[in-house]
Amino acid sequence: MNKLKKLLITCTTLLAFGMGSSQAATPSNTFIMAKDIADIITMDPAEVFELTTGEIIANIYDRIMMFEPEDLQNLVGGVAESWEVSNNGKTITFKIRPGQKFHSGNPVRAEDVAWSLQRVVKLNKTPAFIITQFGWNADNVDSLVKATDDSHVQITITEEFSPGLVLNAMSAGVASVVDKKLVMSHEKDGDLGYDWLKSRSAGSGAFSLKTWKANEIVTLEANPNYRHGAPGIKRVILRHVSEPSSQRLLLEKGDIDMARNLTPDQIKGVEGNSDIAIDGNPKGTIVYMAANAGHPILGKTEVVQAIRYLVDYEAMANSFLAGQFVVHQAFWPAGLWASLEDTPYKQDVAKAKSLLKAAGHADGFEITIHTLTNSPFPEIAQAVQFDLAKGGIKVNIVTLEGKTLWPKYRAREHDIILARWSPDYVDPHSNADAFAHNPDNRLEAKLTGVLAWRNAWADDASNALTVKARNELDLDKRKQQYLELQGMLQRTGPFIIMFQQNEQVARRKNLQGFVSGSNFDLVFYRNVTKQ
Amino acid sequence: MSAELTLRGWLLAEIPKSKLQARCQRVFISWLSFRRNPIAMVGLLIVASLVGIAAMAPWITASDGLELHLANRLHAPGSEHWFGTDELGRDIFDRIIWGSRITLYIVGLVSIIVVPIGLLVGVVAGYLGGWVDTVLMRLTDIFLAFPRLILAMALVAALGPGLENAVLAIAVTTWSPFARIARAEALTIRNSEFILAARVQGVSTTGILIRHVTPLCMSSVIVRLTLDMAGIILTAAGLGFLGLGAQPPTPEWGAMISLGRQYLIDQWWVPTVPGIAILVVSLGFNLLGDGLRDVFDPKSGT
Amino acid sequence: MDDSTASGPQSIGPGQALSRNLVKVLGIVASISLTFIGLTAVTFVIGRVMPADPVLAIVGDRASNEVYQQVFLQLGLDKPIYIQYLRYLSQLAEGDLGTSIMTAQPVAEDILRFFPATLELATIATLLGIFVGVPMGVLAAVQQGRWPDHIVRVVGLVGYSAPIFWLGMVALLIFYAKLDWVAGPGRLDVIYDGIVEPATGILLIDAAMAGEWEIFDNALSHLILPASILGTFALAYISRMTRSFMLDQLSQEYILTARVKGIPEWKVIWNHAFRNVLVQLITIIGLTYASLLEGSVLTETVFSWPGIGLYITSSLFNNDMNAVLGGTIVVGVCFVGINLLSDLLYRMVDPRVR
Repeated sequence: MNKLKKLLITCTTLLAFGMGSSQAATPSNTFIMAKDIADIITMDPAEVFELTTGEIIANIYDRIMMFEPEDLQNLVGGVAESWEVSNNGKTITFKIRPGQKFHSGNPVRAEDVAWSLQRVVKLNKTPAFIITQFGWNADNVDSLVKATDDSHVQITITEEFSPGLVLNAMSAGVASVVDKKLVMSHEKDGDLGYDWLKSRSAGSGAFSLKTWKANEIVTLEANPNYRHGAPGIKRVILRHVSEPSSQRLLLEKGDIDMARNLTPDQIKGVEGNSDIAIDGNPKGTIVYMAANAGHPILGKTEVVQAIRYLVDYEAMANSFLAGQFVVHQAFWPAGLWASLEDTPYKQDVAKAKSLLKAAGHADGFEITIHTLTNSPFPEIAQAVQFDLAKGGIKVNIVTLEGKTLWPKYRAREHDIILARWSPDYVDPHSNADAFAHNPDNRLEAKLTGVLAWRNAWADDASNALTVKARNELDLDKRKQQYLELQGMLQRTGPFIIMFQQNEQVARRKNLQGFVSGSNFDLVFYRNVTKQ
Repeated sequence: MSAELTLRGWLLAEIPKSKLQARCQRVFISWLSFRRNPIAMVGLLIVASLVGIAAMAPWITASDGLELHLANRLHAPGSEHWFGTDELGRDIFDRIIWGSRITLYIVGLVSIIVVPIGLLVGVVAGYLGGWVDTVLMRLTDIFLAFPRLILAMALVAALGPGLENAVLAIAVTTWSPFARIARAEALTIRNSEFILAARVQGVSTTGILIRHVTPLCMSSVIVRLTLDMAGIILTAAGLGFLGLGAQPPTPEWGAMISLGRQYLIDQWWVPTVPGIAILVVSLGFNLLGDGLRDVFDPKSGT
Repeated sequence: MDDSTASGPQSIGPGQALSRNLVKVLGIVASISLTFIGLTAVTFVIGRVMPADPVLAIVGDRASNEVYQQVFLQLGLDKPIYIQYLRYLSQLAEGDLGTSIMTAQPVAEDILRFFPATLELATIATLLGIFVGVPMGVLAAVQQGRWPDHIVRVVGLVGYSAPIFWLGMVALLIFYAKLDWVAGPGRLDVIYDGIVEPATGILLIDAAMAGEWEIFDNALSHLILPASILGTFALAYISRMTRSFMLDQLSQEYILTARVKGIPEWKVIWNHAFRNVLVQLITIIGLTYASLLEGSVLTETVFSWPGIGLYITSSLFNNDMNAVLGGTIVVGVCFVGINLLSDLLYRMVDPRVR
């Protein structure tokens, strides 16, 4: 009996002890951010394609060309100081900025730059298409991409591409400059360091990777010798918190400096808090529906057009999407060069019904919408379900995790998919290639990376215009072509483009300098300071 | 007048005059004993209310709980909406009421699948013994060894989300204990005298199993089933919470909590009300199960 | 009459006894192995049947067919399913649980990282269940029919009937957000991360061993709420079982005899009745512990607790089959192990079931 009593007392004391210390303000030289980082599966820039990792490697690696936080609209040289385009537009020579150093202390040489690009092509992981589309492959890349001397790198493309596009591609994650000496010293069985680099970093950017514990935490350490000067804080911590309401609680208590995934309603909830500021950043992610053109009913243009007229975009944008999504109806996001900002569609049930009647479906029909399980997709799906019912279309909703949804989509097994898309690199061709360019519509062609193919839609005019715009050297003409292409896809084709994301970031007021631009990897930590 | 002529008299007669009367008497006497237990009566009341509400849903609700009113989102509980409105402007009271049908559907369907299978496996294994017993018990053990929720999750993930698949998954993870109970009962019964008598009389094994052994296992199984119903409801809610159960806009209570949980801080009623509903219904089944167990098998600890 | 259940007085030599025990042990080992293999087989099949694509989990949804095929062949997915299974089993025999897609680490390492967290949670929860649940159950049994009994039963039942994820959410809101009594989601405040060497993986022990009392404090503060939520279940179940075991004992003759003999009531309850209940109780506690191991899935989700439940759940949604299999095997083995032990204990005590 006595032993029991003693144990009880000890436990109670411990409990009381534990209850006392629950407050922990964040240290002044560390930036702690709560974000859902479950999508990180690799840290190798030759392999990275996920949203969170894209952002992280943008802060670890410098790229050949870059957008800088001080001026997000202008493409400038990163590792490259200057460049020259040959007369035929097919060769670009980069001059490498002198005096740059990797985190390891090794100097940044032209050899590292060339090797980084060659490595991407040879490993041939998912994002490699961004540069292999220029005609590079494992056999020819060593001769087409090479260091001509200690400070110059020359790249030659074999396909027809506007040099502007090539330069834009050199600002993508695959153009990250990787420390060849360091990585090759850890090479195993000719893997070009792939196994080693998966969970480590070898860059020359503002931060280096200290730890990555999957689904828990990512820690970055500042590079005091960065070419733009030492970052404003010594350490950046991305803490995995999958519940938005937990993120909110942590932020309100001051346990974190920034919450990245708050929903519109939660943003409203913290608006009144005098310690918290909300920043709105337009992003390049668009939310769209895609109707499988192989479906007997959805394949008809009038039917898709009718759906465009049945959806009540404004009602959603003004209610549960308020502040985080705006109506946008073209495939290239607003705020980027050559974006079409017309939004011709509003809910018009009468018009929709007459279109359905013309298509021979005045009595409506039944279809399934597949979408993701995370907010706001189920909500949007339910609102669309309600809207389409007004035209007599009965909708069944199925929500799935991404990894279960994509296989269906890639195999053309859907009726309508409600999903999102963000550009792989900052050039209109990035999205045009996905939405408007389907050179081979056969099932066997398996162009699974192309959205148009996934929806079994191919249009000669659209294909031709995409290629023309891609190769166009005159910037004004190129812009016009993209505007025309977007307009074409607004009226024909299987896509019902609905919204563009406006990222809302909630931060403690004492944290300044966080820059988040219009693409998923245009996020910069190096100017962050805390008072 | 003679006591036998009233219903109560008939039920309490010392010597029953027919099998039917004997059966009814047994039920009535159990009922009297059950009635004395106030906690069990509360349980019965809750479960009966659930059934009643589900049946009367079209008459007590103003809408089908599926109509969106985006301008009317997240209203606090008040005179117009007793439980408030949810994130898409739907009346929560109505959704709870319609959701009760789904709860009953799940519980009913799982029971119909699980009891026959559990009884079959358990009784056959217990009575026949030998290698049949070993094989069947191995099978049961494998499913028992599986962490229940994880197996259910894996099955639903494999079959695709949806209410029916969730029911199937729950049934697969729930049947094993019933097989064990039935087997335990069958083991204790198989060597008793009346079984031996039946065998001597030439009744086939199947006949013995169906007409003699199974009925004796029923009461334990039913008690266990009622006790497990809360667990079934909670597992279904858990699956709904993970997005694996009923699909939107179906007003399944677990899914309602899941989709509403981001509103907990400022609009607490959205996830809280369905949570309370689940709590009350589980409680009801647990109380009922307890009461039944006290009546039928007061000494059993499990 | 066939009396195979009785074992009358027999004289067997020591050699015979030994071989009989050996056969029993071999039987148990064979039994466990079969169950184990069955477990892996079922999980494996489910994994391959799942519509979530493990290749896409690695290459992402934008991958061209070429990249997709490369990884498809690399994972050996082109081989028939039984060959894949055999390959997996042979790797398992060598202790290789494969590599996780999500974490890019060997699954075995991941499990070593995540399992202690769940162990910590389940252990504290069970302890809570024991130290609060057992006295409650005894009280209810002793006061049967009167209001303490009713209260204990209702409290236990409520704990047993509440959806655990909902309870967790509400508790976080009240005790963390509003009252500020405990720390928030996660195991440790971010600033303490990486300071303590993970010797056992159980933060409380590691921090205590390193003398880092501030970290110990912080870890405890994070642990209390999820452990209490899980503990509510343990408590409800244990108090129920204790009550019914005690009722069983208290109605027996020897208790009456003891009372008639004049032994003080509290001795009758604790030294006589409770002693006899102890073994059964241990069985129940074992079962509770085992079920908490897997029941933590939902708690871990709500509290962002990086344990094995969360690991298996995330892996499942990513169709990271090596991770799911590895995690399920580990939890399944613990489950089977504990259940087996409880079963053995129970058989020794209850002659009816033999």
